[in-house]
Amino acid sequence: MTAEQLFPILLGIAWLIPLASFVAILFFGPRMGAHGKGAATVATSAIGASLFLSLVALVAWTMAGHAVSSPHHDEGHASVHHNNTNTDAGQSARRVQAVVFRSQEHSDAGGSHAGGHGEHVAPASYSGDWYTLYASRSLRLSIGWYIDSLTVLMFVVVTFIATCIHVYAAGYMHDELHDVTDSEVRLATGDPLHREGRFHRFFQALSLFCFSMLGIVIAGNLAMVFIFWELVGICSWFLIGFYFERQSASTAANKAFIVNRVGDFGMLIGLMALWGGLGTLHFGDSVSSATGQVEPGLFELVRPAENHHEQQVPDGLVAFAAADQIEKMAAANPSRSELRREVAAAVPGWREQGYGRWLLFVAGIGIFCGCVGKSAQVPLFVWLPDAMEGPTPVSALVHSATMVAAGVYLVGRFFPVLTPDVLLVIAYIGGVTLFIAATIAVTATDIKRVLAYSTVSQLGYMMLALGVGGWVAGLFHLITHAFFKSLLFLCSGSVIHACHTNDMRKMGGLLKVMPYTAWTMLIGCLAIIGAGVPFVLGFSGYYSKDAILAQALLFSRTNPQHSILYLAVAGGAFITAFYMFRLWFMTFAGSPRDQHVFEHAHESPRVMTAPLVALAVFAVVAGWALPGGLGVESLLEQSRPAGTAEAVTTAGILGTITLPAEHESHVGAIHVTATLTAFLTALAGVLLAAAMYLKPLVSPVAVAHAARPIYTFLVHRWYVDELYNVLFVLPTLGLARFISAIDTQVIDRFINSLAWIARQIASVDAWFDRVVVDGIVNVAGSVTWKAGLELKRVQTGNLRQYVMFIVVGTVAIFVLATLLFRTSFAG
Amino acid sequence: MTFVLCGVVSVSHYLVVGAVLFTCGVVCMALKRNALGVLMGIELVLNGANINFVAFGSEYLAGDGKSVLGLDGEVMALFVILLAAAEAAVALAITLNFYNNHATVDVDRADDLHG
Repeated sequence: MTAEQLFPILLGIAWLIPLASFVAILFFGPRMGAHGKGAATVATSAIGASLFLSLVALVAWTMAGHAVSSPHHDEGHASVHHNNTNTDAGQSARRVQAVVFRSQEHSDAGGSHAGGHGEHVAPASYSGDWYTLYASRSLRLSIGWYIDSLTVLMFVVVTFIATCIHVYAAGYMHDELHDVTDSEVRLATGDPLHREGRFHRFFQALSLFCFSMLGIVIAGNLAMVFIFWELVGICSWFLIGFYFERQSASTAANKAFIVNRVGDFGMLIGLMALWGGLGTLHFGDSVSSATGQVEPGLFELVRPAENHHEQQVPDGLVAFAAADQIEKMAAANPSRSELRREVAAAVPGWREQGYGRWLLFVAGIGIFCGCVGKSAQVPLFVWLPDAMEGPTPVSALVHSATMVAAGVYLVGRFFPVLTPDVLLVIAYIGGVTLFIAATIAVTATDIKRVLAYSTVSQLGYMMLALGVGGWVAGLFHLITHAFFKSLLFLCSGSVIHACHTNDMRKMGGLLKVMPYTAWTMLIGCLAIIGAGVPFVLGFSGYYSKDAILAQALLFSRTNPQHSILYLAVAGGAFITAFYMFRLWFMTFAGSPRDQHVFEHAHESPRVMTAPLVALAVFAVVAGWALPGGLGVESLLEQSRPAGTAEAVTTAGILGTITLPAEHESHVGAIHVTATLTAFLTALAGVLLAAAMYLKPLVSPVAVAHAARPIYTFLVHRWYVDELYNVLFVLPTLGLARFISAIDTQVIDRFINSLAWIARQIASVDAWFDRVVVDGIVNVAGSVTWKAGLELKRVQTGNLRQYVMFIVVGTVAIFVLATLLFRTSFAG
Repeated sequence: MTFVLCGVVSVSHYLVVGAVLFTCGVVCMALKRNALGVLMGIELVLNGANINFVAFGSEYLAGDGKSVLGLDGEVMALFVILLAAAEAAVALAITLNFYNNHATVDVDRADDLHG
């Protein structure tokens, strides 16, 4: 079996297993063991099987002989000419499931890259379609795959973390195995809500989520990404609103869903811009099932191989933007084939004039809008802290490690198409996000909210890294962050499980009673602040954060006007260290603040601590490289989009920007400065936290009092929710009320008056019916009745009287006849 | 004016007898309380009618003798006699039943059908 057949099968099955689990639990969940306990086993073994397949794929990938290039030196890229082979083109054209394989030819050539002008190479990737939903000349929608080392890595990370969290959740959610009394929900009678447990439903949603998330990762085109994008959105809605009887939970679920729709609207615009101009949404080259020919994908269109993978506005977008010019040509020239030739000849000229540049910008910004919503960036980050209403395993899996990282993943995947202008916007959004979220986390007291803002802040880091051209740095941080943030969330869940409160002000001194949780959480904290011995060894965060810092530094060196980005990163690192250790000290160190909580605290069961240990191990080692340079970073380097390895200077819409080459940030003075900055800022943050919360050298209360306006500002989370309330929610509600008033006051009244008139007419009608029609009928009836009553008396039953009547009647008739018809008788 | 019994017996005489009989029957029906008496009155009425039929069937009234047999009146009379026999059978059965139920044949007591 060749590699291009193996990977789609392996990862495709790994992708579909959770779907099978979802369907099984959906139909048979309540019957799986007592109270649906078996659902946990089904879901866990499903995701475990996916993990196994993903690991097999990872091993296969490393063994398949894809060049492992070390990020610090670029032999892998040296003097390789790209080779765009369609495996047996004739045959695959006949198959619907066409496979396109792009490979870099392995070369043993050494350091001819020194000058930095080596030929650019498309990364090793496999793409193809399993099933075509719809195909026409202008659009092809299909369920397909695009697999490179990033895909494989994401599969391993997502399935591994999901497996840990499934195991953990089996313990954490045990309350749901029997009937639950939810004291947070009061019924109208004042009693707490009593409901059935929903254990199996939790795992059902988790399985669906895993399926959707893996669908995003494996997706071969943007339309498929969008489908699964929405699916993870609905899963998130299910899971945040798991305790939907609680007002806060259902509100938070709706908020998350609605805020994400805002971003998705932008994404739709981006999709339409690309489709309208290019007629394809596929990432890689693909064989069209309609025409049987190889169609270039988005990456090839934007960075064509003949242009040395340099970014350019694709012909389609140029022609799309120059529609009025083409119309003019068409008016002068009726022949279609000639027109086509003429347009093709004119396109390079139009491209020089800047036609289509805005379209590409809009497409990039549009796609990024979706990522802003999903990855909780400014201005759409408000939903993520509220999403902590969901159960903690959900917060760990969906709202920190995977789903919110999907936005970063998509920016990474879509990176070749993003212009430097878009990247600058992304960098600034990321910078603003990381700073705002970090400052809010400083004053938060809810342990999960601190972590939530920390997540937002770290996502900002990733976005910024991608925006300043640190493709590997951003995605590297995405992967290390997934490990340590899910670890931190699970630890916080363990604490909440023990203390039955989220409030850190009631905790303290838990180190003695919860050693596993405390130590693993310490590892998580150290990993997130990027602790390590400079230049020697460190936790996973040490490597990824240093890479970001170095890239940001390099970017601000090459673009001095944007050096504020570097300050945001460095300042963010300091604040991160401060609030993470504030959290740890407040929770585990010192003496208990609330004796009642402390006495009831206990270490969590083995099923919950085991995933903590497993994740802690990876939080430490995820950044390490095996001997020979094999590690996450070098694997990512294999997928680096073609043409992004070198520094590029462009005069774009937002001014001239130089995107520095990423490998340059790993060497020399930049690397040293960045590492030392990271180390010192983190150290300063930890020391400050220790001074305030471990040894009472500085009283937090005094600090809060001294800087009261800032403190209030931060406690109120920059008044963002209030601002949105005033800007969007209240106007929307006001508009809704206005429209409802129109409805009730105008439309309803009009209809009511119509009804009133009809009623009046009907009452007149009814009166006529009652009095006249009924009157006539009644009179007729009563006359008949009375006549009958009177005539009844004649019927005496007396035979002789009847005879008398006959006689008298006969005589009377004779007399009358004689009188009246005298003539006739006489005649 | 000649005495009525001295003249030639004509159709009118028969009609007079019929009318007398009819009147007697009717009076008998109207005045008798005994059901059998009433039945007798009915017989008188019917016979009065019979005499009328026979009288009107006279060949003196047949005009130019266009009637073929000239027995129209007699046929009708026979028909009436037949009816009278049937009627008497039914009426007597009713009377008998009435007697069984009321132990009397007084028609004034038979007012069960009054309105």
